[in-house]
Amino acid sequence: MRQELDSDLGIKIGLEVHCQITSLRTKLFCSCPSNYRDYEPNSVICEICMGLPGSLPRLNAKVIESALKIALALNCEIPPVTNFFRKNYFYPDTPKNFQITQYDKAGGVPIAHNGFLDSWQGRVRIRRIQIEEDPGKLSYDGNIVTSPYALVDYNRAGIALTEIVTEPDLKNPRHAREFLFKLRSILEHIGVSDGSLEGAIRADANISLAGGKRVEIKNVSSFKEVDRALNFEITRQKRLPGGVMETRHWDEVRRVTVTLRVKEEEEGYRYFPEPDLSPVTVSRDLIDRLKAIMPELPDQRRARFVNEFKVSDEVAKIITSEKAMADFFEEVILLQYSPKIIGGWLAVDIPGYLKRRGLDFKEIGINPSHLAELAKELADGKINDNVAKSILMKILPVGESPRKYLEIENEMDEPSLREIVTRVFARNSGAVEEARHDPRVIDFLIGQGMKETRGRADHALLRKLISEKLSQESRSNQPKP
Amino acid sequence: MFDEIRNKVALNAYITVSKDQARVQAEKADPKRDARLTSVAIAVKDNISTAGIRTTCGSKLLEDYVPTYDAGVVSQIVDEGAIVVGKTNMDEFGMGSSTEFSAFGPTRNPYDESRVPGGSSGGSAAAVAAGIADVALGSDTGGSIRCPASFCGLVGLKPTYGLVSRFGLVAYGNSLEQIGPITKTVRETALLLDCITQKDPRDATSVGKGKAQYIEELDADIDGIRIGIPSDFFGPGTDGRVTKSVWKTIHALEEEGALVEETQVKSLKYSLPAYYIIAMSEASSNLARFDGLRYGLQDKKGARDWSSLFIRDRSDGFGSEVKRRIIMGTFALSAGYIDEFYLKAQRVRTIIRSEFEKLFKRFDALIGPTMPTLPFKVGEKTSDPLAMYMTDIDTVPANMAGLPAISVPCGSADSLPIGLQIMAPPFREDIIFKIGSMVEKISSWRSS
Ligand SMILES: [Zn+2]
Repeated sequence: MRQELDSDLGIKIGLEVHCQITSLRTKLFCSCPSNYRDYEPNSVICEICMGLPGSLPRLNAKVIESALKIALALNCEIPPVTNFFRKNYFYPDTPKNFQITQYDKAGGVPIAHNGFLDSWQGRVRIRRIQIEEDPGKLSYDGNIVTSPYALVDYNRAGIALTEIVTEPDLKNPRHAREFLFKLRSILEHIGVSDGSLEGAIRADANISLAGGKRVEIKNVSSFKEVDRALNFEITRQKRLPGGVMETRHWDEVRRVTVTLRVKEEEEGYRYFPEPDLSPVTVSRDLIDRLKAIMPELPDQRRARFVNEFKVSDEVAKIITSEKAMADFFEEVILLQYSPKIIGGWLAVDIPGYLKRRGLDFKEIGINPSHLAELAKELADGKINDNVAKSILMKILPVGESPRKYLEIENEMDEPSLREIVTRVFARNSGAVEEARHDPRVIDFLIGQGMKETRGRADHALLRKLISEKLSQESRSNQPKP
Repeated sequence: MFDEIRNKVALNAYITVSKDQARVQAEKADPKRDARLTSVAIAVKDNISTAGIRTTCGSKLLEDYVPTYDAGVVSQIVDEGAIVVGKTNMDEFGMGSSTEFSAFGPTRNPYDESRVPGGSSGGSAAAVAAGIADVALGSDTGGSIRCPASFCGLVGLKPTYGLVSRFGLVAYGNSLEQIGPITKTVRETALLLDCITQKDPRDATSVGKGKAQYIEELDADIDGIRIGIPSDFFGPGTDGRVTKSVWKTIHALEEEGALVEETQVKSLKYSLPAYYIIAMSEASSNLARFDGLRYGLQDKKGARDWSSLFIRDRSDGFGSEVKRRIIMGTFALSAGYIDEFYLKAQRVRTIIRSEFEKLFKRFDALIGPTMPTLPFKVGEKTSDPLAMYMTDIDTVPANMAGLPAISVPCGSADSLPIGLQIMAPPFREDIIFKIGSMVEKISSWRSS
């Protein structure tokens, strides 16, 4: 049976990415602090974010600049005036039972629209970017369907969000994931959203298969879950062709989607202009000023890494996929200019290690000087690649200097290696004899030497020492004339 | 004052009397300070938030709701030395023109207790007219200050949209409404307005008035002032006695040097339906927050899930007029109808605005009756919502266009007061006070 290809299924995936503007110190419409994660539930709230009767929203003007930076990074068009709308729906996490957001119909003008982001699987069009308030957070006992109660924490209510809406241009779950990682790196590079904070960047996905109905998936908490949820949906929709237009909830524990509501289209939200907030003028000057101070974006940084440090494009792509990693790379380079060595570790060995441990890059213990020290030893030929990697794996979990391990390795310097060679010769006299006539047996002796040193010997040095010893011994063993 | 309030409890002007808080405010008042409202007893409409004093909006749903903060205007008047004596009765959430739709019972007109005081700020007007408050604050979404001022023989001003902070005013139709004074004289209205027009950073639509002092505009001469009289304001539903009294005053103004000319406001006939669509639409959203989950009436019987809890709290908590307006507003914003209703009403609003803009190129002010009728009997219109809505015909245009408008007593018929309305361009309250104080001087009405 032929494995069906994604392209045969006519998969169309669109994403709605909600990213909190974590660089703001206060909420979107009030002066409550934005670092709500540090507080007890329902303790960072006020009359405004709780929507108490008579309270009015007051726009945190800094959000406009943050959203514009995102718009510029995503190549969007920016209208000269933008305004706010109300999205009306009853839900316990929304204190006013409406959300202040932006809209693109009925006279609504979101902060930006018509942009794009190029990914390795092609261009992804950005339909619009809008500013809105985060609702509170509901917690359940177990899952949403069976929980006997729900708890509401309003600390998150009123946190500034931007919603980035893509066209359904993503071709498969992997593509969605690649897009999300790239977007996250961009947000980190422009300094508006710290993706490592729990729930700071969340994605809702919509997916349809050729001939099927569009299904929205909510409650996807991490990028890994996006992948899982989409794959589940593809399998589910393949089994049930046709289907209904609905919103489904991703149950992270059971790894299934369940129906949340059938066919709730946006027209059910009774959008209308928010009378309490005046439209905001976005001046050409402001845009020009923001363009001028726009930091280097991941794609530009990747190109620079390739040009300046001569690392491969693949390595540069991986390193720049996370700002913390790219920053780390550049810090190490400053201390020890060995871009290829360091790039390789950062692009391959370290991500592998982090993945095995389920860690985030920011959780690695070592600092740039540790890595620089290790790279120097390798670059100077004092240790070989294998040794360097094994030391790397030792220092990663504890976050210590490689010095201690390097001292042990230094026992493998030339004099120690000579001793090893002597030992190998003593134990393998037969092979030594054969090696004199058959150079291929030298490889066997090198192998024995590597075994003695548990792979820590420099391969070339070992070959050199063995060859030298062989020729010395043959000279001394020559029968006297 | 508190003894008098007790004596006049039959008027039902107050929902809550704040004797203890008033004492604290009186003790705190510093007589040496240069405050403009020192020891003035002020009645505050019960949809204006007062920290520590329950703010019910005339609704059962908020019967026990005590705000944690003061409205912008309350902070400003307390800062000027005023003492809040109580919270006044009103149509629930401001939805009414007679103060009969209150969960706390109807308020009576002090001139004739069988009649309504007007609404929705009827409690504020009744309190001032009966002498159980020196001055009062009301709110006006479609006439809710001017209507009761007219029915109770008082001066009531709806300021220009943005002049007075709405922070702390429980919203009904938030693109339309303003807080404003209800007092016995134009002078008091000007003084009170001077005290509440600080720009409030907590209200994004607040503009404030800058340095102007309205109280200085009072006795100015009106010679040469151009006054337009839109004939549409004297529509077929207008009581002949009202027409007569208003015209008498207009002629008297002419004698004082005003240049009077009849004119038309063609969009007036579309104004009322468009107004109700916008107000109800906004209300359907503004009142959504009252679900009983975080504050307010909550069903204690134990609903099975949040949506049935919301349904029960809202069914039990809201009165029938509020429900009617929420349902109609929800409908007007719904998919498939929004074009025909809400968006069309907004287009009408734009037309009304531009028509007034044009009129104010020719006129400094427009004058007509505030209310088409004299105060009606309690119960007379409660079962006929359309008849009740029709009473707002002359007052809603000012809200639709964001203009300042005042009601000043100009006469009486059968011992019932008649009010005259003066409208001016945005932020030209000074013109209103100039003409208003002249109307006061020349009219036969004297507030008792
Ligand atoms: Zn807050």
